[in-house]
Amino acid sequence: MSKRIEVRDLNVYYSKFLAVEGVNLAIEPRSVTAFIGPSGCGKSTFLRTLNRMHEVIPGARVEGEVLIDGNNLYDPDVDPVLVRRQVGMVFQRPNPFPTMSIKENVLAGVKLNNKRISKPDAEELVERSLRGANLWNEVKDRLDRPGSGLSGGQQQRLCIARAIAVSPEVILMDEPCSALDPISTLAIEDLIEDLKQKYTIVIVTHNMQQASRVSDKTAFFNIAGTGKPGNLIEYNDTTTIFSNPSVQATEDYVSGRFG
Amino acid sequence: MTSAPAPIKAKLRIGDLVFSRSAVFAGSMILVTLAAVAIFLIVQSIPAVVASSEDASILKTNFWDYVGPLVFGTVWAAALALLVALPISIGIALFISHYAPRRLASVLGYVVDLLAAVPSVVFGLWGIGVFAPALVDAYAWLNENLGWIPLFSGTPSATGRTILTAALVLAVMVLPIMTAICREVFLQTPVLHEEAALALGATRWEMIRTAVLPFGRSGIISASVLGLGRALGETMAVAMVLSASPVITFQLLTSVNPNTIAANIALSFPEAYGLNVNVLIATGLILFVVTFAVNAFARWIVSRRKEFSGAN
Ligand SMILES: Nc1ncnc2c1ncn2[C@@H]1O[C@H](COP(=O)(O)OP(=O)(O)OP(=O)(O)O)[C@@H](O)[C@H]1O
Ligand SMILES: [Mg+2]
Repeated sequence: MSKRIEVRDLNVYYSKFLAVEGVNLAIEPRSVTAFIGPSGCGKSTFLRTLNRMHEVIPGARVEGEVLIDGNNLYDPDVDPVLVRRQVGMVFQRPNPFPTMSIKENVLAGVKLNNKRISKPDAEELVERSLRGANLWNEVKDRLDRPGSGLSGGQQQRLCIARAIAVSPEVILMDEPCSALDPISTLAIEDLIEDLKQKYTIVIVTHNMQQASRVSDKTAFFNIAGTGKPGNLIEYNDTTTIFSNPSVQATEDYVSGRFG
Repeated sequence: MTSAPAPIKAKLRIGDLVFSRSAVFAGSMILVTLAAVAIFLIVQSIPAVVASSEDASILKTNFWDYVGPLVFGTVWAAALALLVALPISIGIALFISHYAPRRLASVLGYVVDLLAAVPSVVFGLWGIGVFAPALVDAYAWLNENLGWIPLFSGTPSATGRTILTAALVLAVMVLPIMTAICREVFLQTPVLHEEAALALGATRWEMIRTAVLPFGRSGIISASVLGLGRALGETMAVAMVLSASPVITFQLLTSVNPNTIAANIALSFPEAYGLNVNVLIATGLILFVVTFAVNAFARWIVSRRKEFSGAN
């Protein structure tokens, strides 16, 4: 069910400011792809173009094509709402809905669009999604408690459960572990390893070890200077990027000699 | 004299001292004022509550029979006003905060704030001169076609000066403050939560339902309480618009309408003398109590789902 993503000549703008320029890349199904690069080089910006969340920001726009299994997301008659149901997203800061219980949070996506779901189906889906996010054992006794009462790591896994409950094809994660302790981080990395069996996963991270641990392929983004657009510098197998990159800037960055 | 080491004294900073004293002072001033008003009302009311029609010419039988219809009229008019104003103000606030283009939104927000500054006498004049006559035909139509609903039964008023008109004028008056509060809380919705909803594939309206409205719930309730408070206490506009009699009726369109406490005080005070003055003050005490009860009720609603409020 997971899908191949192909990006062609993508330019991403905030009003007049060109934030990311000329990206070409292909992401294979059932793989984990990591985006690395210095702060401000446009990783988040680019990631958000893959489910059309970029255009939520006033003035933001995109040129070029993003093909998911051959269909261009930016075709004029494609509904961004449907795109986002196929391409789920986990944000840098855990953001469960504070006004909902744990169970309601998991079901939030399913209940959209007035979709009806029978009670046993809902229970089953909640359990399956929470198990899928490695959270079930910790919360099964308090499904009706507010989601905001969980620890940061648990909240982040709740957000992952919420994202996989709608069975997307692709899951985008923007620094999902940056607010978490090492143990929660490992829990999420294990989870990514499992999720890869079913989904195409793209993850932004500042943590080199994390990129090398979880990803099959790595894309290195860089920026020539402030005010300049970010570019995709090198995209290859993760082992190659970390052991034998072909561009000097990549080597400097992954070996910590950056700047 | 002991030789024990002197305890280290916290240094008194003059700024902290001034600030804490003035905060305590401001806080206690509210309580003092409230207490002063309450004591005044209670002391003045006691003779009225035990009075009969022989002591106070304004009373037909006793105080409770006198104040009953007034309490009813006050609560009824305010509730109707809230019922009309709440959905409209939420709608306008959502339009300003989430739908309108930025420039239009700021213009609209400004206009709404201006409306809040219009004195109530102007609303009264508008109600009596323009709004009530304009509604006469609509009332006749409602009565003819929906007269089987008890609310719309009876003989429709020929002047349009009914409790419904008063409630609608009140609704217009409380709209600005309610809209302003709703708009402010809707604008406070964390972008994080709005994006969470959108990323799940929510349409804009679904995003508002899953993220904005639940987050704004306590703000919506505060807006309602403020609006209701203003509607309960509004004097001039109601006194001018409503043609009132001492009755309790749910009929909205007839020329027999219950009065409200505040409007009744304003209308009766100029001719009042002796114990009648105390009777009117006692109705004021009842209004005070009703308003207090409404506030307490709203607080209770807000606190009921505190842990889901989004404040943590
Ligand atoms: N909402 C916005 N409006 C205008 N410019 C923005 C906005 N968000 C980001 N930018 C700009 O776009 C560029 C890329 O930002 P982006 O957040 O994508 O970087 P990043 O690679 O994710 O950085 P980090 O690693 O710090 O998260 C930056 O120059 C940033 O200032
Ligand atoms: Mg980022």
